[in-house]
Formats: sequence, structure tokens, C-alpha cells
Amino acid sequence: MSDPVLATADAAAESPSLVTGGAPPTGGPTGEKPRGLWGDAWRDLRRKTLFWIALSLIGIIVVIAAAPQLFTSVNPTIAGSADLSKSLEPPSADAWFGYDFQGNDVYARTIYGARASVIVGFLSVTFAALIGGLVGILAGFYGGWIDGLLSRIGDVFLGLPFVLGAIVILSSFAGAQSEASATWIITLVISTIVVLSWPLYARIMRSSVVSGKQADYVQAARALGASTGRIIFRHLLPNCLAPIVVIATLNVGAYIAAEAALSFLGIGLRSPVVSWGVMISDARNAIRTAPHAMLFPATFLTLTVLSFVMLGDVVREALDPKLR
Amino acid sequence: MGRYTLRRLLQLVPVLLGTTFLIYWLVWSLPGDPFAGKCGERDCPASYVDMMRGRYNMDDPLPLQYVKFVGNMLQGDFGVDFRGRAVLDTMAQAWPITLKLALLAVIFEAAIGITAGVLTGLRRGGFLDNVVLISTLFLISIPIFVTGFLLQYALGIKLGLIKPTVSAAAPWGELVVPGLVLASGQLAYMARLARTSIAENIRADYVRTAVAKGLTRQRVVGIHLLRNSMIPVVTLLGLDLGSLMGGAIITEGIFNIQGVGGTLFRSIIQQDSTIVVPMVTVLVLVYLLVNLLVDLLYGVLDPRIRYE
Amino acid sequence: MTDVITSNTPAPEAAVPPSTRLLEVDKLHVEFRTRDGVAKVINGVSYHVDSGETLAVLGESGSGKSVTAQAIMGILDTPPGFVTGGEIRFHGRDMLKLTEEERRKIRGSGIAMVFQDALSSLNPVFTVGFQIGEVFRKRLGMSRKESYQKAGDLLDLVKIPNARQRVKAYPHEFSGGMRQRVMIAMSLALDPEVLIADEPTTALDVTVQAQIMDLLAELRRERNMGLILITHDLGVVADVADRIAVMYAGRIVEESDVFELYRKPCHPYTLGLLESIPRLDLKGQELNTIKGLPPNLMRIPSGCAFNPRCPMAQEICRTDIPPLLPINGGTRASACHFAEELASRD
Repeated sequence: MSDPVLATADAAAESPSLVTGGAPPTGGPTGEKPRGLWGDAWRDLRRKTLFWIALSLIGIIVVIAAAPQLFTSVNPTIAGSADLSKSLEPPSADAWFGYDFQGNDVYARTIYGARASVIVGFLSVTFAALIGGLVGILAGFYGGWIDGLLSRIGDVFLGLPFVLGAIVILSSFAGAQSEASATWIITLVISTIVVLSWPLYARIMRSSVVSGKQADYVQAARALGASTGRIIFRHLLPNCLAPIVVIATLNVGAYIAAEAALSFLGIGLRSPVVSWGVMISDARNAIRTAPHAMLFPATFLTLTVLSFVMLGDVVREALDPKLR
Repeated sequence: MGRYTLRRLLQLVPVLLGTTFLIYWLVWSLPGDPFAGKCGERDCPASYVDMMRGRYNMDDPLPLQYVKFVGNMLQGDFGVDFRGRAVLDTMAQAWPITLKLALLAVIFEAAIGITAGVLTGLRRGGFLDNVVLISTLFLISIPIFVTGFLLQYALGIKLGLIKPTVSAAAPWGELVVPGLVLASGQLAYMARLARTSIAENIRADYVRTAVAKGLTRQRVVGIHLLRNSMIPVVTLLGLDLGSLMGGAIITEGIFNIQGVGGTLFRSIIQQDSTIVVPMVTVLVLVYLLVNLLVDLLYGVLDPRIRYE
Repeated sequence: MTDVITSNTPAPEAAVPPSTRLLEVDKLHVEFRTRDGVAKVINGVSYHVDSGETLAVLGESGSGKSVTAQAIMGILDTPPGFVTGGEIRFHGRDMLKLTEEERRKIRGSGIAMVFQDALSSLNPVFTVGFQIGEVFRKRLGMSRKESYQKAGDLLDLVKIPNARQRVKAYPHEFSGGMRQRVMIAMSLALDPEVLIADEPTTALDVTVQAQIMDLLAELRRERNMGLILITHDLGVVADVADRIAVMYAGRIVEESDVFELYRKPCHPYTLGLLESIPRLDLKGQELNTIKGLPPNLMRIPSGCAFNPRCPMAQEICRTDIPPLLPINGGTRASACHFAEELASRD
């Protein structure tokens, strides 16, 4: 499984300039009003077809996740919607994606499954970036023993390869609950991902802050008497946000895939939660006779991850000042 | 260089202790019955519970437990699973297989990924460049278990070209397809990294100097450019090897490979977690050590780092 | 086996006139094609340098001085840079018409170059001895041992202390001034006839600057090379240069021997540059500046490119590009409609 940590190491390696941040450029050679890094990036992004394709795909998936009723009349979350007599039937006019082992309508389940997958992806990234970002700012800005301590703690978590760490955490907690609610299961998986990946964002943020701190414009702000808070929020943050935004975007897809992998292993989401990972896991044993049960959720999963990777790609290119 | 090595080694120790302590705590010391759900569908046999309590001092306070746990490990005692088999034996059997698989995967990753990356880095915007960019995009996005199942189904079941599952002895030939599956995700990153590294370095000042010295293009690219561009590539390769040695759990699970990952996979599915802690501890140790070696390698490759 | 071209290699075309200059740039045009537009970076630049003389090319950033040098060496970034006109003649042969292989042979042995930032211009992963030595190994066929020895000799020549030991050091282990000496040493390895120094001292502090300049002057004398010194710093150039060409917006606006230029500049731009040099005896007074900014090379002002900033600009300056013409028939030249007036004031 593509380790999300490695995914981001690659992105960071591809854009070392982003990690150092830097002062926003002044007006370009055409003498227009200075736009700054974000303005330039947006102008660039607007023109790229890939950006719009990725954004539309993600939009569609978010809509599916938010309002599955729009796409199918069958609700697989209601008990009794499964029809065992239809077990493993191939796609037909009634059920576009066929039926799975339990007799569930695969299409309906795929549609409803989007919600769990998407929620896990987005929330994991958000919390991991928030926590990691905060830790990174503190470590980078204050330096000294605070930096040492926080970095060591981060290293401990980074030392745990993602899948192994997830296995340990989830199998420990899974043992404790036999009757688990959907909310608890989802929260557990999100927390696991957050716990294992926050150090990455902390590192990136710390790196940006440390080099941003030395920048002339920060010294200038200090000399003018700006308070610490103001320096951090008004001056450092806008420039240090870029690499985190890129990594975070890329990682939404990676975490959705990670959830699928964990569910596939049986330690992530499971009944009563429906997600693409759960569906793929369930369909594991039937692959020889009924590949459709796995094919469709797998395709949706791949497309979702693909759209985030594409988005992350174009955003990174747009934000990279070296390519100007 | 020596001082740098020493420093990195010293940094390793607290991280290692912290990580293994974390694992230990998670598995054995959470509130509730530590033995619940660890021996398969049933409860753990009483004999095992007694043995574990005695041998591993479960009644001691947590820090003391942990210290004794580490002490045991340093003496080569990694514990036993609830069936009485020594974890170390199980691992000793499984590891050579995982190593074979890891080696194959890294070779594929390097050969395909670096070649594609270098070729497209030198000449961007051509047909090859677009092909590589798009295909890497897909390779990155397809989850590894999808690739695994796809190939297993297509090559093993539908076309009958390979055996769908790998036999216990795991000969090299049977590991080729699983190796490819493992490599598929990573080689995409490798190709992109190589491409970016080359594309960035080709504009570097020292390349301009090399040309200005009247060196041939072969030498400028082959010696000056590559030597610099390959530094991040080699380090990524090393890191990949490190994580692969930790066992490619999913791939080994799909192809039923009796390596470290496969063993872990089956243990989890069967809820047999007594084996999990010692195995994961060793794997983390290996992972951290390999990371350290890669760091040192970086110091060898880039002289600027050595004297920090 | 060597692939070094010496000046004795006969030109492939018909016999060249005997009074050929060593290196001559003739009406060179270079443009940069970007997605935002086409920037006309060099617009008809001509200058020359002979053995044993130093030509200083002076100008602000964006004047095109470095790009001209890159075009001479054939290391222009193509794309986006393209030579769109003119000739660059070395011993009478137009290098722009040569094959890449032929041009390669001229590099280092015929014309060599020293760059501004020695830290980024030297390869960080190879020792200094390796980088200097490889020139001897690859182009003169020397053995490894010999090449390291020669490298040590060169480091000695540029006055780096402990040269024998320093051969094994990496670029980042040297100080700024020492690194620049290393670059100079490397450029002299094949005994070039022309050395182009592109802002060799800009990144260094003042005392080191003077040392490097002295070194360059001395080396030029000893080897009877032609030296093209590219800089924006008038102060640095006064001691070392024989002639000065002042560039602005891709054109030469004034060309003169050094004494006359400083004594009586004949172009408003040169005048402005000289007047803006801070002087100790004018302490306490406001600094003079040239108002305005260098032009956007994608939209060079019509007529004389300097006219928006020129205190003497008249109507004709906005409509007619002033050609570079000799002043009063002498050896000085200026591209200003009012050059003669400037020349005759005191």
C-alpha cells in the first residue's frame, strides 16, 4: 500500500523550494499590481484543464457522499434491504453493478459507501494538519528544548510504519469492543490515521517556520515592534501554508486509500459502516466467481484517489515559485 | 563523518525506546483484560495466561514491565505465541522470504522508475514524458490491493500464466509478479522524483560551468548531473527497502506469501495478537536502523551534509 | 589525444584577413521567448577584445551583459534564449556557424569563463582537485595522478595557501574569496586565449574584491590573454580595464578607453552612473541617482531606450534610435544624439 507518509515525502522532495517558504514576490515584469504567491497560483490554476477535471471529479464525489439519495433509490443501510436470494448476481438492468455475497445491491452500496470514505479522508487530513501544523509552529518558532522535545515525540510516531502502527493501534482497541457503533468505528479509524500522520505536517511546518524566521521581512517586522502573535499569523503563516496545503491535498486521497486498506485487512471500518474498503474486503473471497462485487468499489476508490493526486499535482506546480 | 554517525545513533535510541514502549503499552496495558481478543475466537488458554503473567511480569507496574520486556529482548527472548511457539523461530522462517520479495520489488522499482525518470527529466514535454506522467498518476492512485487482486485474477486465474498463490518455499520465479505489484506504487514516485531531480539540476550553475569547461555532453549529464540528481533517488530507494523489509502485509496476504507480512496478516485476521507485539517491535527496529543507514548514506553521497 | 583547439588550427574557409581581432562580437541579436512574450535582450551589440587587453562591459541587471557572454561561450539557455542575428568571430571564424562539437573544443582552451557565484558554479559533490583535474584528464588525456598534480599547481598559481592539501577539499570548505580563486584556476587550466569574467567579485566583500581584481590583472599580464570583465561596479573596473563598453537595454551606449570615460563621459547614462558613485569628499550631501527603473525588455521604449530616465531627453530621443557613432572621428563612441555636445563641454 502506498504509505501516505512516503507519498508526502515525495511531494516535499519535489518542491524543496516550497518548504523554505519565502517572501511574496513583488509585481512582475509586466508592472501589474503585486499579486503574491496565492494570487499567481490561482491565476495559473484557473487555466489548467487538469485542475478543473480534478475539481469536478471531487465535486461529484462530495455530492454523492452528501446526498446519496440523489443517485439511488435503494438504501443499503436499512436492515433488510439485502436479498440473499440474489447473492452474487452479475450486473443487470435492475442492479447496474450486480449483487454482493450478502445480496446487497452493489451500486447502492458503492454510492452510500462514498460518505464514510470521504469523511474519513477529509477529517483525517484536517485534524492531522491542524495538530501537526500547530506543533510545527511551536517547535519552529520557539526552538530550543521545546523544539527538541516535540521533534523527538514526532520521531517516535514517525518511526512506526503506517500499516504496522495502524495494525497495533486498531487491533488493540478492536479487542475492547464487540458491539460498536458506526460513529465509534469511524472515530477510531480517523484517530488512528491522525495519530500516525500528524508528525509529517509538524515537520513540514517546522521546516517552513525555521527558514521563514530568518527571512528579512520577519526581522523587519520584529524591528518595527510587531508582537509574536502578529508575526506568526500575519507574516509567517501565509508563506508557510503553501507546502502544507499541497501535502494535505495530496493526502486526502492517500488517507481514503489508507482507510480502504485497513478495512480490507479487517481492522478498519466494518459493519454496520459501509465504505469502499469494507466492500472490497467483503468481496475478497468471491473474486473468482463474482469480480464485479470488488470491481466497482475499487474503480470508485481509484478514481477518487486519482482526482486528489491530480489536484495535488497541479496545485503544487502552481505554487512553486521556481517554475515562474 | 564519525561524529555525525555517532550523533545519529544516539538520536536513534530514545526514538526506538519510545516507539517500542508505545507499542507495548497499546497492546498490553490498555484498561480492560489485556488478553481479550488475542488468541483467536476463543479466550486464551489459562496455562498461557499464567505463563505470560509470570514470565512477563504483568502484575508489575507498567514501566517495570517494559524494562523487563526490553531486557528479555536484548537476551534474545522475544516471547512465545499462545500456541507455545517462539516468536523468534516464526520470524526466522518468514524473513528470508520477505527479503527476497523486498529485493525484487526494489530492483523493479529502481530499474523501471529511475530509467523512466531520467529519460523524461532530460527531455521534458515529449511523447514519452506525457506517457510517463499519466501512467505514474494512475499507478500512484490505484491502491495496492486493487493492483494485487487485478494481477492475481488476470494472470493467475483468467490467463493461468502464474500460480495465483505462492507456494511455501517461495522460489524467485513465483515472487516476480508479487514483486511487480509491490513495486508498482513506489516506482511511480521514483520516476517522478528522478524526473524532477534531473529537471531541476539541469538548470544548475555547476552544469553550466561543466559545459563551459568544454566537457562532452555525455560527461556533463552522466557524471556531473547524475551524481547530484541521484542523491534523493538513492535515499528514497533506501527508505523503500526499509519499509519493504517490514513486510508488505497486503501483497503477502493476497498472494499467500509466508513472509513476515503474510504472517502478520494472518495473525490479524485470526485475531492472534500475541505474536504481534514482538514482531512489530523487531520490524520497527529494522525500519529505524535502515533509516539511519540511509541518513548516513546521504552523508556519504553529499559532502555538504557531513560536517553539520 | 587531445581535443584542444589552439590558435594555429587553420580556418576551414578561405584565408582570413591578417588584421583579425582575437574575439569579436558583431551586431549580435538575442531574444528570449517566454509564455508572457518575447524579450529583446540583446539588440545589435558589437565589441571586440585582443590579446593582452582588458575590456570591461558595464551595465545594470538586465542590460544584457551576461547574456552576451553566454552567447559567446555557447551556453545560452535555449529555449528560451535564441540568437536571432549577428556573428561572433574567434580568430575570424564565426562560431555561430560551427557545429556543437567544434564549439565545444573552443571552450576552455580558446575562450574560458569564470562565473559570479562560485559556490553554486562548482559541483558540490566533487573535490576541487577532481573538478580542475578532469579538464586535464578528459581533454588532454593526462593520467589521474598528473591531473591532480596540475590542479595543485594551478591552485598555487592563484595563491591558495596549502595548495597540495586543498586539492582534496570540497567547494563548500573554502571561503568566498578562495572559491573564486578556485574558479579562476579552473578556467586557466587549458591556457585560454580569452577569459570572460562574469561579475567575478560581486558576491565578495570589498577587500577580497580588490585581491581578486589584482589577481586577474596579474594573470592577464603573465599570459597575455584577452580579458572581458563583466560588471556593474564602476569602482572595480577603473584599475583593471583598458577599454570600457557601457551597455543599456541590450545595446552598447558608450565605448571608450578607461581614462577618457571617467574624465568625460559622453552619454547621459554613463554620466548618471558616475555621478551616483558615493564619494567620501561629498559626505553629508544627498546621493545622486538615475531616476526610474531599467526598462521592461518586452516593451523597450521607442527611440532611445534610455529616454524615459534621461534628464536631457528631447523629442528626437523618443522617435529615433541613436546609433553608436564615433565622437569627433576619434576612437571613442557614443549612442546619443547629443554626444558631441557632451564631449565639448568641460
